[in-house]
Amino acid sequence: MLKLLMIMAVLSFNSVHAAIDTYEFKDADKQARFHELTADLRCPKCQNQNLADSNSEIAQDLRQKVYEMLDADQSDSDIVDFMVARYGEFVLYEPRFSLQNSILWLGPFALLIVGLFVVLFLVRSRSKNSKIDSAEVELDTQQQKRLKQVLNKGKK
Amino acid sequence: MPRLLLFIPLALFSILILFLWKGLSIDPRELPSALIDKPFPAFKVEALLSPERKLTTADIVGKPVLINVWATWCPSCRQEHEQLLRIAQENKIAIIGLNYKDDRTAATKWLTQLGNPYQFNIYDESGMLGLDLGVYGAPETYLLDAQGIIRHRHVGVVTEQTWQELQAIIKSWEKL
Repeated sequence: MLKLLMIMAVLSFNSVHAAIDTYEFKDADKQARFHELTADLRCPKCQNQNLADSNSEIAQDLRQKVYEMLDADQSDSDIVDFMVARYGEFVLYEPRFSLQNSILWLGPFALLIVGLFVVLFLVRSRSKNSKIDSAEVELDTQQQKRLKQVLNKGKK
Repeated sequence: MPRLLLFIPLALFSILILFLWKGLSIDPRELPSALIDKPFPAFKVEALLSPERKLTTADIVGKPVLINVWATWCPSCRQEHEQLLRIAQENKIAIIGLNYKDDRTAATKWLTQLGNPYQFNIYDESGMLGLDLGVYGAPETYLLDAQGIIRHRHVGVVTEQTWQELQAIIKSWEKL
């Protein structure tokens, strides 16, 4: 029984180990860039995972490719361009600015400006209205006398 | 004027409905290929059935072809195999296989047992040609024109309907 447990423990260790691919980096900087790149690139197969998190075949290949390109001293933008050339803008978790997606980048700012104008317009028209109100309230002396009379009558 | 303003929410709502309606018929899993209207990536890879033969881009240009990405580990590839055999029988366009990250013995056995619709097979054992092509899962089928330019990509099982669509594209070229 103990033997069986030990065998199972060894086997399960192996399978866990197999799922994690190990890369040896020349320096810590490359390692950091590797983690950054695989976190920012999206897995084309699983869609809502990045390359670092995904275990799909294609993500493994792409991680390998990222590693190889880093090892060959290629820059981050070279690597990202390589991925975009093959899988499209889709692989970028932070999309680039282009005419096609400009509405998504600029839309919120446009709405903010529209909102500011609306607020400005409302505030202005309201203050104009209140000015008219106070002008109308001004009474001449005769009217004030009459007002007092009416008020006094009410008191009786 | 103020009365017209009251219709703004209705207009916004209609636009929203339009977008949602369109969204119903979009498959988010289907990615547009980044290589549409671009040449098939250059390669030099062994043929599946005759390892001594090196295949290159020169082998796939000259006439329109279908490039079918398949593997024995892919159940959907088994599913589309009959359809591929039918297309091969119609003899309207050559099908070239791209055997993707597969085992040569298993793939050879597959072709002898199930029939071989392919003119020849590119044996992409490492998956690096697939990577250059932007393959993200078998099966995928690419339609190339005579110049070797990728004109269409179909992700998933090739059905009779897919074949009709592909034929329509090929026909549109003949009219030009």
